[in-house]
Amino acid sequence: MTDELSSFPGGLILDGQKKRSTQTEIRKTPLSKKLTLPLQQHIGTPSAPIVKVGDKVLKGQKIARADGHLSVYLHAPSSGTVIAIDDQAIPHPSGLSGLCITIETDGKDTWIERQPIEDFTTLTEHEVRQLLREAGIVGLGGAGFPSFIKLNPGVHHAVETLIINGVECEPYITCDDMIMRERANGILDGIQIMKYALRVKRCVIVIEDNKPEAISIMKQALEERKECHHLKETQVVVIPTRYPTGSEKQLIQVVTGKQVPGNGIPIEIGIVCHNVGTTYAIGRAIKYGEPLISRIVTVTGTDVKHAGNFETLFGTPMHELLAFCDTHREQGEPFILGGPMMGYNLSGDHLPVTKTANCILVGVDNAAPDSTPLPCIRCGECATACPVSLLPQQLYWFSRAKDLEKTREYNLFDCIECGCCSYVCPSKIPLVHYFRFAKTETMNQEQEHQKADIARQRHENRLTRHELEKREKEERQRQRKAALAATKAAKEKEALSQTDNQEN
Amino acid sequence: MPLSRLSSPFLSGTNRVTLQMLQLLMALVPAVIAIVYFFGPSILITLTLAVVVALLAEAFMLKLRNRPLKPFLTDGSAIVTAVLLAIALPPLAPWWLTTIGILFAIIFAKHLYGGLGYNPFNPAMIAYVLLLISFPLEMTTWLPVSTLSEHPLGLASAFNIIFSGQLQGGIGLDTVSGATPLDAMKTQIGLLQTPSQILNQPLFGLFGGKGWEWINIWFAIGGIFLIFRRVIGWHIPVAMLAGLTAISFITWLIAPETTGSPIFHLLSGGTMIGAFFIATDPVTAATTIKGRLIFGAGVGLLTYIIRVWGGYPDGIAFAVILMNMLVPLIDYYTQPKVYGSVK
Amino acid sequence: MFTAIIAITLMALFFGLLLGFASIRFKVEGDPIVDQIDKLLPQTQCGQCSFPGCRPYAEAMAAGEADINRCPPGGESTIQALADLLEVEAKPLDDECGVEKPKTLAVIVEDRCIGCTLCIQACPVDAILGAAKQMHTVIADECTGCELCVPPCPVDCIDMVETKLNPNTWRWPDPAHVDLKLGGQS
Repeated sequence: MTDELSSFPGGLILDGQKKRSTQTEIRKTPLSKKLTLPLQQHIGTPSAPIVKVGDKVLKGQKIARADGHLSVYLHAPSSGTVIAIDDQAIPHPSGLSGLCITIETDGKDTWIERQPIEDFTTLTEHEVRQLLREAGIVGLGGAGFPSFIKLNPGVHHAVETLIINGVECEPYITCDDMIMRERANGILDGIQIMKYALRVKRCVIVIEDNKPEAISIMKQALEERKECHHLKETQVVVIPTRYPTGSEKQLIQVVTGKQVPGNGIPIEIGIVCHNVGTTYAIGRAIKYGEPLISRIVTVTGTDVKHAGNFETLFGTPMHELLAFCDTHREQGEPFILGGPMMGYNLSGDHLPVTKTANCILVGVDNAAPDSTPLPCIRCGECATACPVSLLPQQLYWFSRAKDLEKTREYNLFDCIECGCCSYVCPSKIPLVHYFRFAKTETMNQEQEHQKADIARQRHENRLTRHELEKREKEERQRQRKAALAATKAAKEKEALSQTDNQEN
Repeated sequence: MPLSRLSSPFLSGTNRVTLQMLQLLMALVPAVIAIVYFFGPSILITLTLAVVVALLAEAFMLKLRNRPLKPFLTDGSAIVTAVLLAIALPPLAPWWLTTIGILFAIIFAKHLYGGLGYNPFNPAMIAYVLLLISFPLEMTTWLPVSTLSEHPLGLASAFNIIFSGQLQGGIGLDTVSGATPLDAMKTQIGLLQTPSQILNQPLFGLFGGKGWEWINIWFAIGGIFLIFRRVIGWHIPVAMLAGLTAISFITWLIAPETTGSPIFHLLSGGTMIGAFFIATDPVTAATTIKGRLIFGAGVGLLTYIIRVWGGYPDGIAFAVILMNMLVPLIDYYTQPKVYGSVK
Repeated sequence: MFTAIIAITLMALFFGLLLGFASIRFKVEGDPIVDQIDKLLPQTQCGQCSFPGCRPYAEAMAAGEADINRCPPGGESTIQALADLLEVEAKPLDDECGVEKPKTLAVIVEDRCIGCTLCIQACPVDAILGAAKQMHTVIADECTGCELCVPPCPVDCIDMVETKLNPNTWRWPDPAHVDLKLGGQS
């Protein structure tokens, strides 16, 4: 069924460091006294609060609704009282804060009434998507794109293949690995529902060959349920370990040999890609009626004593999770959220775990040096490593010179920020940082231009309106004057004729 | 461990500029030993002198340009420039020739363009060309290997020659020196000798110049080590040697009586050091894969053209510099296809 | 000599025709210079340049009557862009016009507003809504922060508030400041 595997240019073979956090099974993080839930935990418009301060909420109760199309619902991860709806520090590279709902938990963890659906085929595809949207499901692989949209093939596209991404190519992270090992059946539940919603026959579960346990468990689980109608034409595909195979576009290239068109999305070439964690969450949401209120977070790194994977409620402060794992970290010392190649560093202690927080990393081996980078010697290693075939050294010159137009010409916006170029750079130039800088700078400039265009338009409209008003006023004045003059003339004429008459 | 970087990736490979330069220097060692074997230990004096002058000039320019000394003196780039130029100079080049060359390479060809990474031309080759044009006599005075094997030159006498220009006993250098094999081939073909006749002269070995062929082979071995260690890519050397072989093979087929064989060209003069150590200088070479192939082939073709039809005995330096000029153009037109641009 | 004269004449004619043809055939249809300049200006219409709006300033620059350094809201980057476009040397902002400030928004303190409509008349981009004797309000998305509404207000109820960064408008800092002066013409 599966064709030959393909490949992509560049990439890296990295030291996985996965064993650190796969020695113990998934544990539950203790319930925190306070849960802080940012309203923006996904790509798109933030959710809009539907609770007030002082409201009592139950576990799984909706506390914010989807606002607009590209948005999902948000739920209370545990029972308790809403104590604040205000700006709080959120996990974002900027260190800025955003609107959050804070819940003080009552420790009872009482569920709201759930509505499990034993047979999802009683629902229409649209109803499935609607339920997933109401369950707050977003991509758990890192980006946080609302899943219900990616389960809608639309009228213009037929989906050929559903790819379940269990690649997890970044070093240190193991949450997907562990969920495949321990919850294979839950993942299969999710796959059935997704195949149903997408009306797709073929499904491949892709796993890198550095996870033999996950591969055999998934294969076995699939074998046991191969008679299920919605699991036919589903298979596990093992691919060689190479970073960044887990990136959606690269994965599609490896599995199907096709490339997603620039500025396009996978569905245009008949492919939909979902992460294994998301798949599991989808299964829970439909089969058990459980909205997305927790996720598996890997806590690992060279400075973590008891590394592992933890099922953590959203809103749990990261420092509680870190304390639970016993780290060498000083209070306030920065740590990495996400993997060592694409994550970002955070330093706040009270930042909450969110839907996209897949890994908390404290300390890495072979850390990038803090010495000043040397100049670029144009060795071209970065271009060789780039999985998208960009020319990072050229992009670097232009980004540094702030020649934003040129960076676009050299396809800066195709950069997936995987970090391969910075990793191989012999001069240790933080190339990706330059690219991020140039990207946000370009977007900002574009926004400003748009705003300026609108302002110009409004100003011009105003000027023409004033001009019109002025002319109308003048016209009126002229008419009035003319009318006045006419009546005056008429009167004079009348007066004259009267005197004439008198004289005659 | 405090995180030093603002932005991911937080991991870093082991690749370092200094490490690359060190491996490059290591790869030159066998060929330098071969040079010592054939031309005497005088090269060691020139090398030492060149490196010392290069480091001093580098330090001086860094101070002048207000740049930190340590990272740039230890990156090894000045030493590489010095070593490459020293190897390219005649073994008994007078001290002032070496000094002028190095100063020009470091000060003018490197730092006036902005230092490491910013120079459009290979500094060692720019200096070589300057010396060749300014001091043609000194630059083409080579002691023939055969003379040297009969009268080996000790370190002391080499020292004497380099710093005073005199052989022991007051004999001038020019009385015993001769042309290089490439030079001889050219002038004697001009005198209507066939290449096979010329190759029988004591100046020549099996395929190329006596000694030269072995030195070239050792450069090639060092270069292959660099490719294996991924310090340089295979594209430029292979393209350059292929270009040189192709054009010399064609002309040799057409006129075997008036041109040297491809093997002669591959193993003579600076072919191998040029292919593996000079044309591959990342700063001044093309950066795209296709661009590197074009760049290498261009160097190979131009080298041959200059050797055979130009006014100078060897064409490596000119060929590299001419191709350096084309690099921005080559890079512009050989950009790889970005993901998603092909269906 | 005669042939030479003829030859030169013919050549001159030929090349002249060629040039003439090329200038028609390959004519670059560009925006008139005023439009190009106007595009670079921030369109705040604040008048700090002493012209009544961005377009008049652009026209004055195109006519060579005004300097390129008279736009405080645009600041250094606009001066640089103008210098590039007009191929002149960039110069520091003329402090006669004002200083470069962070972006601001006008906000009407509602309980003080008396509904006099003076600010509505002053706003160059129609970003203030309201009617006589009714409270006014600023449409935040349309406000350019020009401050022209501040002086006419008789009760001083308009505050200029700095626009706050949020995670969506935040920009990655320029890494070049970490990247010490390591060469090149930085």
